Amino acid sequence: MKLILLFCLALFSSGLLANDENELIQSLAPELSSKSKADRLKAIDLIAESSAPRKMVWLQAMVDGDLYQLKSSDEIVLAVRDGKDYTVTKASDGSALGIEKKRALRKIKVDNSMRQNLRSLIGTFALTSGEAQERYEAVKSLVGKADGATVDRVRELVVEEPDHNVSTAMGLLVSIHDLENGTKQQQADALNFVDGKLDSDVLNALRRLADSSSDTAVATQAASLLAAAESRQRWYRHLETLFFGLSLGSVLVVAAIGLAITFGVMGVINMAHGELIMLGAYTTYFIQQLFPSAIEYSILLAVPAAFMVSGAVGVLIERTVIRHLYGRTLETLLATFGVSLLLQQTVRTFVSSQNVAVINPSWMTGSWVLNPALSLTYNRLIIIGFCLFVFALLLLIFTRTGFGLQMRAVSQNRQMSRAMGIRSARVDAMTFGLGSGVAGVAGVALSQLGNVGPNLGQSYIIDSFIVVVFGGVGNLWGTLVAGMTLGISNKVLEPWAGAVLAKIILLVFIILFIQKRPSGLFPARGRAVEN
Amino acid sequence: MKKHYRTKAVGALLAAASATASFGVSAADTIKVGVLHSLSGTMAISETTLKDTMLMLIDEQNKNGGLLGKQLEAVVVDPASDWPLFAEKARELIEKEEVSAIFGSWTSVSRKSVLPVIEELNGLMFYPVQYEGEESSKNVFYTGAAPNQQAIPAVDYLMNDVGATRWVLAGTDYVYPRTTNKILEAYLLDKGVPAADIMINYTPFGHSDWQSIVAEIKQFGSDGKKTAVVSTINGDANVPFYKELANQGVSAEDIPVIAFSVGEEELSGFDTSPLVGHLAAWNYFMSVESDENDEFIDAWHSFIGSEDRVTNDPMEAHYIGFNMWVEAVEKAGTTDTDAVEAAIIGISVPNLSGGYSTMMPNHHITKPVLIGEIQDDGQFDIVWETSGLVAGDAWSDFLPESKRLISDWRAPLACGNFNVDTGACAGQNL
Repeated sequence: MKLILLFCLALFSSGLLANDENELIQSLAPELSSKSKADRLKAIDLIAESSAPRKMVWLQAMVDGDLYQLKSSDEIVLAVRDGKDYTVTKASDGSALGIEKKRALRKIKVDNSMRQNLRSLIGTFALTSGEAQERYEAVKSLVGKADGATVDRVRELVVEEPDHNVSTAMGLLVSIHDLENGTKQQQADALNFVDGKLDSDVLNALRRLADSSSDTAVATQAASLLAAAESRQRWYRHLETLFFGLSLGSVLVVAAIGLAITFGVMGVINMAHGELIMLGAYTTYFIQQLFPSAIEYSILLAVPAAFMVSGAVGVLIERTVIRHLYGRTLETLLATFGVSLLLQQTVRTFVSSQNVAVINPSWMTGSWVLNPALSLTYNRLIIIGFCLFVFALLLLIFTRTGFGLQMRAVSQNRQMSRAMGIRSARVDAMTFGLGSGVAGVAGVALSQLGNVGPNLGQSYIIDSFIVVVFGGVGNLWGTLVAGMTLGISNKVLEPWAGAVLAKIILLVFIILFIQKRPSGLFPARGRAVEN
Repeated sequence: MKKHYRTKAVGALLAAASATASFGVSAADTIKVGVLHSLSGTMAISETTLKDTMLMLIDEQNKNGGLLGKQLEAVVVDPASDWPLFAEKARELIEKEEVSAIFGSWTSVSRKSVLPVIEELNGLMFYPVQYEGEESSKNVFYTGAAPNQQAIPAVDYLMNDVGATRWVLAGTDYVYPRTTNKILEAYLLDKGVPAADIMINYTPFGHSDWQSIVAEIKQFGSDGKKTAVVSTINGDANVPFYKELANQGVSAEDIPVIAFSVGEEELSGFDTSPLVGHLAAWNYFMSVESDENDEFIDAWHSFIGSEDRVTNDPMEAHYIGFNMWVEAVEKAGTTDTDAVEAAIIGISVPNLSGGYSTMMPNHHITKPVLIGEIQDDGQFDIVWETSGLVAGDAWSDFLPESKRLISDWRAPLACGNFNVDTGACAGQNL
């Protein structure tokens, strides 16, 4: 009986004690809400050192920006945004305090460097977390920052670590520490471990070691490891540049390929090409607005939708404006320029003069990490693939379908085709519609890379014409090769010439090239040539 | 809602009609205020909001009894983002409309275009946007930030609070970024940062392919020293820049980017998720906690008829500039340019961050400097602010050519660029 009583008492007092400790957060209110960062950092340290059961909740809330102070009572609370209002709970015990407006709350200021601090604090506690992912994040947040005690703990943990990724990261953490602070044996092990690793923390540690180690053998080994790593790094950088070039090239090709049809095959200088791209991008935006819950997949629907929208507008332009102007290049140029202004202003008036926010689906964000020195961003990879897909599809339509045959026939000799029974006016409309539709599809792709606004088209029209002219009017292959060439040479030039100069150099080159070969890389026959 | 739009449309029509034909109320009964902001073209995105802000401020002033017993009348013109047209429209406002003051311009080039006209005709202009400094005109009041009210404190914050030791100065290739970066570079070198730790990069307007530059920044920031990016990248080009940073895995915690041209209005057209955690330096954020700000936001929402519209730094600058002008006119008892110019120096009016801003003798004002972190709702979370107000400096102390220049428009000196070494005034502008 006595024992039970005693037990109850102990339980009660420990509960009381825990509650008392949870009150710590309230007692730190002045420091947490202080303007001075030093005060706030001090409060964080006190929380981390305390044994308050809820301290992890507070630290995590600070990282997430959910820790607030109630203006009315100065009480520290957790507040989670819910629409326009905030659901508030008491920080010390998690009891609900109702719903508040933003103006009733004062946020506890946490900036990036504090957040980094908080993460490594949380990291030291999360090393033994049940989730492999959490352990991995914890180790990552500690690399290069852990003190000796933490490293020794990790050294013990790594032996039992079941997950391969986590144990590698742990090994890295330990090695980076040991390279400079370990015993002779640990240092030697660490040097073996980091052989072939390309992480920047490793390279920096090796660099410091090679410069400052008193042990010449160690210094030479570090230097040779460093040299090997750096040469591999250079290699990967060249690959990266190639990738950048290919992706810029595919953007150019995607934007220009519709023009390759309307300008290249039909000989129409369509200044509204950029605006057809813009319409495609806006279609993506509207589709996303229509299906807000399906952001991940709606873009797949946007591709055919944009094709239809821009294609329809293209056919409309052809039927109402261009068909009256065949063979009169200058007039076509002016008329389509007018159409482009009309389309821009329409969007400005009926949608907004502001840019609209097109969201990237999550499968198009982030990058595919091949190794610490080389990672390829998903959106660029997908655009390269998409570009090749569109290109292949168009090539098929051109060479393997009846419609393609008619298109080529009309573009090469209209009179003869008509004599053979082809309705050339209809083929013209269809061809222009196809080119415009492809421009719309390009808009979907470009909406994932840059801004979507009324001026979107303007930034691509010049580049598109350059690609088509450089590649050779009337030739799809020419467009592909020209786009890729321009993309890659731009990216090769950019690192040492700067973005502005690189572009100028390329333009000068194209001017000279066109002087020498006026019909581009792959000259072709077509109506443009006849004229 | 619909009705509201219609009345607004009618109002706009009337404003347009009065702007071009100026019929109706005779000029003696009203004091005319010129609003010179682009309502079409590329700058319409930013400037239309400022036109609306001015209409709201004038409207409120009229409700409170006008000025000197007269009603204020806004004369709105549209310079259409066309720089030479700014000069023409300014001339029209002063000569034909006889406005007492002009509130307007956004880009530096448009201001430079107005400058000779406003000086020739002895008009008054309030310029509300942060700019590169190196200018002080008798006829212009600069209510936006000079570099020492935005760029320099931002760098101080990164240096002292974030611990940055390596610097990337990235900007769009035109006058504001070039001048600002020149000042910042001189400042950093002055603070003992080795030249090898500063990387300067310029890109064309509307640059969209940031892959190589971000890769370069990433590499530059990987040598173990804390690296920060100071961005004077303009407008649209920011979106693909931040997207690329996020995609290449550069987080705000590794390499923070601080921007001087990204505000609430710009963020409303972005998908903000890749920007979260990056920084911006301004003198005002919509999220500032003060009663004046709450009132201003409420007034703005009811004027514009939408709860979703944001407020931003240049709007606050117009709020301050307009109130200063009103007080100066009341103090002078007239709208005469010279009298107002003399009266306005030293006038303090409340700003929206809970303090007071004062017009300095160099025609710049005092302001607090705030650093905000971008949130996913397009708002800023203020993480740092200067302990007091910072007075705008027309001539940077960090550029050799302007180090010895001061500006003081008060009576005996009355010079915008007085060289303290030679004791000579170099005329109105350099």
